[in-house]
Amino acid sequence: MTAPAAARPAGYTSPLPETRPTLGHAVASEWTKMISLRSTVWTLGSLAGLVVGIGLIAVANTSDTDYSQVPFLTPALFGLFVGQLSVMALGVLTISSEYGTGLVRTTFTAAPERHRVLTAKFLVFTGVAFATTTASVMLVGLATALVHGGPDAGPHGAGEWLGALGGCVYVTLLGVLGLAVGAMLRHSAGAIAAMLGVVTLPPVLGGFLTVWESTQGLGGLILRYNAPVALGDMFGLPMGDDAGPVPVRQLLVLLLVTGAAVAGAYAETARRDV
Amino acid sequence: MIEAVGLTKRFGAKTAVDQLSFQVRPGHVTGFLGPNGSGKSTTMRMIVGLDRPTSGHVTINGQPFRELPNAQRHVGALLDAKAVHGGRRARTHLLALAQLSGIPEKRVDEVLGVVGLQDVARQRTKGFSLGMGQRLGIAAALLGDPQVLLFDEPVNGLDPEGILWVRNLMKQLAAEGRTVFVSSHLMSEMALTADHLIVIGRGRLLADMGVSDFISLNSADFARVRAAGTGRAERDALAELLDGAGARVLTEPDGALRVTGLPLPRISDLAHEAGLRLWELSPHRASLEEAYMRMTQSAVEYTSTEDPRAELWAQEEQGLKPWPAEEAPQVSAEGWYAPPPPGAAAAPFLMPAQPGDLAQAPASRPTTAEDPR
Repeated sequence: MTAPAAARPAGYTSPLPETRPTLGHAVASEWTKMISLRSTVWTLGSLAGLVVGIGLIAVANTSDTDYSQVPFLTPALFGLFVGQLSVMALGVLTISSEYGTGLVRTTFTAAPERHRVLTAKFLVFTGVAFATTTASVMLVGLATALVHGGPDAGPHGAGEWLGALGGCVYVTLLGVLGLAVGAMLRHSAGAIAAMLGVVTLPPVLGGFLTVWESTQGLGGLILRYNAPVALGDMFGLPMGDDAGPVPVRQLLVLLLVTGAAVAGAYAETARRDV
Repeated sequence: MIEAVGLTKRFGAKTAVDQLSFQVRPGHVTGFLGPNGSGKSTTMRMIVGLDRPTSGHVTINGQPFRELPNAQRHVGALLDAKAVHGGRRARTHLLALAQLSGIPEKRVDEVLGVVGLQDVARQRTKGFSLGMGQRLGIAAALLGDPQVLLFDEPVNGLDPEGILWVRNLMKQLAAEGRTVFVSSHLMSEMALTADHLIVIGRGRLLADMGVSDFISLNSADFARVRAAGTGRAERDALAELLDGAGARVLTEPDGALRVTGLPLPRISDLAHEAGLRLWELSPHRASLEEAYMRMTQSAVEYTSTEDPRAELWAQEEQGLKPWPAEEAPQVSAEGWYAPPPPGAAAAPFLMPAQPGDLAQAPASRPTTAEDPR
């Protein structure tokens, strides 16, 4: 039907220089993806808006004496209770929107080293989520310190700022957990529902597990180590009476859970067809 | 060069691709044909490593796709025009893909020009038509200036102008020495584009040969003979004469005879000896579509007894009527009716009478820039 095969050249070599793709390339790509979607920008905006907005309302309605016992960062906690949902949703959407739209097939065709892409996603998400959370929390903390930093507030140390930073790490880890769950479930609604369960179920589950004697220990443990309680611990509103460095233990527990989920995400991404 | 050896993919009990072995060579447009659900897309997905073969393997230039050092610079693929995030702008989508392999940003604007999407580059892809999506997918495939290109149903949703553009693009890419592997279920399209054909049915290889070989092996050539005058008497006399000489004769609605089994000079001699004048004596070669229908028909017949989905198979050949030559001889001589000649009717779109007509048409839309690379 067309020209005879003999006239055809044997092969084609591109004149463009060939570079070996690195993790840096993938990070640049993921950064472009993240900032080019209205949904991610809105999710981040809602996180900052919730933390700063609710925080400033709390600042406006408190007096210096209210801070004699609690840290300046506490107003940020109220917004962060809601804001953590935004972080988790963003974590899930970072990967599940690719699966949902089919973009992941284009991505993995362009970059068959799936681990490179997944690592870049984890890095970019962690950076963006941590930066946004920390900036919002610290803004509220600074506002409180400026407005209510009078003599009635009593002494305040650097420890409370460090605790709040731990809280930001905790929320970021929740988001990373969301990303890992999204990579395993590959479905936005399913993964977000699972993450909501992770945050909201423990108080309920722990509550009724403590009713029976045989499960009392387990119930107590669940009541002690869950997201809301952990954030309270780190923002200076302890809800338990354990001795020792509780915030560090809370972080370690989440780190273990997230680590397992991330390992699962890598294994699933490499193994399964897309 | 794409090389598949014993490629097999099972989804549960269903075998989508069954022991498929073939080679796709550089410098040619290789058409990949098969009815819907015959395993074309699954095969393509296995080539680019999206699906893992159950057994067998497929390599690109000797290496499995997932082990290529810079896959995007070696292989470009359009597998699904809708595999984009609708909320992202066209240019940003391509930019994110380019950045994955360190392809410079300027290249994004180049490929946008090549596919003619420069005017909508800053629109969100949600609002794109299927044809625009296809162009965007082709742009993504061309980003890395790859040696191997895979296109899964690239003309779906394109307007006639777009189809012509894709056709010329494929040929141009192959002429540059690239390996071009194009799947389609439109035979007429492949007849105009491909040099070589790989035909599969039910996941099995049915044919792997050049287009002209495929047609000559799978279809009978025929002569169209028209007796002088418009009356039936001349025509019937000629038909009887040729029938008596051992030919198989069918009539066409406009009064011509379709003759198989006799060489053209012999038909002329017979008519001359009988004192019959001829107004037409022309050789005809069956189209690729007819050849393909014959081949897949037999594949369906072969599997129909064990295949409960036979209904689905019948529906899939939308708009393509099977070549009815098999039925025609059963009709009695009195009410002869043969189908219209190939190419004259039932063309799905933009189908010229001769495949060569469009192939030589001037290239591309005016807005499409040359690929400068």
